[in-house]
Amino acid sequence: MATLEVKNLHVSVDIEDGKKEILRGVDLAVKSGETHAIMGPNGSGKSTLAYSIAGHPKYTITGGAVTLDGVDVLSMTVDERARAGLFLAMQYPVEVPGVSVSNFLRTAKTALDGEAPKLRTWVKEVNDAMDKVSMDRDFATRNVNEGFSGGEKKRHEIVQLELLNPKFAILDETDSGLDIDALKVVSEGVNRFRSQGDRAVLLITHYTRILRYIQPDYVHVFVGGRIAEEGGPELAEQLEAEGYDKYVRVSA
Amino acid sequence: MSHLHPVPSYELANHPLPTGREEVWRFTPLKRLRGLLDGKPSDARLKWDADVPEGVIVREISADEAAELGETKPTDRPSALAVANGGDAVLVDVPAETELTEPLIVRLSGTNPDDVIWGHIVVRIGRHAKATVVFEHNGSAIYSATTSVVVGEGANLDLASLQLWEDDAVHLGQVGIRVGRDAQVRTFQASLGGDLIRIVENVEYDGPGGDLKMYGLYFADAAQHIEHRLFVDHNQPHTKSNVVYKGGLQGKGAHSVWVGDVLIRKIAEGIETYETNRNLVLTDGCRADSVPNLEIETGEIVGAGHASATGRFDDEQLFYLQSRGITSDEARRLVVHGFFADIVRRIGIPEIEQRLLAAVELELEQNVGAPLVGVA
Ligand SMILES: Nc1ncnc2c1ncn2[C@@H]1O[C@H](COP(=O)(O)OP(=O)(O)O)[C@@H](O)[C@H]1O
Ligand SMILES: [Mg+2]
Repeated sequence: MATLEVKNLHVSVDIEDGKKEILRGVDLAVKSGETHAIMGPNGSGKSTLAYSIAGHPKYTITGGAVTLDGVDVLSMTVDERARAGLFLAMQYPVEVPGVSVSNFLRTAKTALDGEAPKLRTWVKEVNDAMDKVSMDRDFATRNVNEGFSGGEKKRHEIVQLELLNPKFAILDETDSGLDIDALKVVSEGVNRFRSQGDRAVLLITHYTRILRYIQPDYVHVFVGGRIAEEGGPELAEQLEAEGYDKYVRVSA
Repeated sequence: MSHLHPVPSYELANHPLPTGREEVWRFTPLKRLRGLLDGKPSDARLKWDADVPEGVIVREISADEAAELGETKPTDRPSALAVANGGDAVLVDVPAETELTEPLIVRLSGTNPDDVIWGHIVVRIGRHAKATVVFEHNGSAIYSATTSVVVGEGANLDLASLQLWEDDAVHLGQVGIRVGRDAQVRTFQASLGGDLIRIVENVEYDGPGGDLKMYGLYFADAAQHIEHRLFVDHNQPHTKSNVVYKGGLQGKGAHSVWVGDVLIRKIAEGIETYETNRNLVLTDGCRADSVPNLEIETGEIVGAGHASATGRFDDEQLFYLQSRGITSDEARRLVVHGFFADIVRRIGIPEIEQRLLAAVELELEQNVGAPLVGVA
């Protein structure tokens, strides 16, 4: 049983003339076995929250704490956070020219496990993971995310989720830009991950659509850099019907 | 006279001692040439060790014979001195219509860092012949060489030159290439070692239809000067050139220079040229000069362009890799490998590709630690 805790988190980015505060006191606790949905309008700071937990250098933490079972996450390097069990499926996965998917996955697996995976079983695992998200096996020889379509990039993130099998997965708008078939494939991947029982998911989304396939235990409405309201799955239904308007007006 | 119209000449008088202010010398630290510009005579030779496939003739010829063969002439002082002082030249002759299945590999090595050595090599690829020729430089020397490559009609040549010198070596090389009518030429330069390397490649065409691809990879370490200059003279219509050079730099005083001059003469209608140079700067204290230069004298062309970019590691790439548990050193190593991989893969000789990747690996270890896993 593990807990990821975000306490009163304040985050800024550097802009031309100084700093711009984006997160203004975020409180959140996610336990293993739970799925939390974070829903909010564009620009509300959802990606900033995800990146800050993962340790992206662009964001400056100006206050608050992030802990994993009481251990300070913010003082860890990016790769240490991953090795502590955090995983971020990115809204815009990055292209890495000249580095093959297969080399990338193997290097990541080796880094996480502290030893290289057994070659024969590993190749099979990679193939299976790709098959499950209907990704052609040829992608293994292609360069990481280079020339991938939006949907292919997202499937590739799910392949990584499957193979690297973290304790805490943050999925940043993995559903955005997917057609319905891809959305189902991606959701199935997330549900397989969840079905292990002790895994935690922080599902960041702009739309309620994906929540038809992935049932959250908790829903947080994210507006203006903080959580504006919290509830159960019924809150998602309410958002579906009413949109973010009332929260945006309150926060403005 | 523009440096895009160099005067090919054997006469030393036509190649005065540079002061360092000349366009073609302005980046080169002349003091570190260790006497090569003075033209000190020397009988010393690099050790020549070659795998010569059947059908290829390798023999010594006099400098006069080399001139009679119609070799390309020197365009700067060190190359003129190499011909004047080099004594006999080595002729690598692939007769017409000979198709080699194995590469011709020549290993040239020096054993004394104080030896001044002059070299003169002529490579002749007969019409409709097909060959891969590799020159590999190792060890230590103060070396200046003129290499002339004459490629016959419809021939197909892959030519690689690897500079894998020890840290104290100095190498000035001029490579003159004449691309025959409808010939296909791919050149590959890799400069990784040495104190100072300056390679000048001059290409001209002997008829329409010639297709040139030039690739290069270099890696400059602390205090190392690596300079690649190329001049592609589109002096014939319907010719093509495509140039891609990539460099890495690390350590204080590492200096790379890439100058890509392309001239499209008035007569050269229907040509196509593109050149690009990219540099990846790994640490502070490095300097990468990159100067693409296109001079167009006719508007009747298919396409012409150039690109040059020098940058640091991409934070987003490193973050993506690290967010998967990969350490920052390992992430950097992967990115550098990826940066060079597309160039290395074009060599087409697996053994040499492996060795070059290993050499890049070795360079990186100085900075970013040993690799975690092998490269696929
Ligand atoms: N580097 C940056 N410079 C300036 N503003 C930024 C930067 N990064 C993010 N922002 C701003 O921060 C706010 C939150 O962005 P983001 O976290 O991406 O929101 P979301 O993911 O909810 O759409 C937006 O207003 C965005 O424009
Ligand atoms: Mg976002």
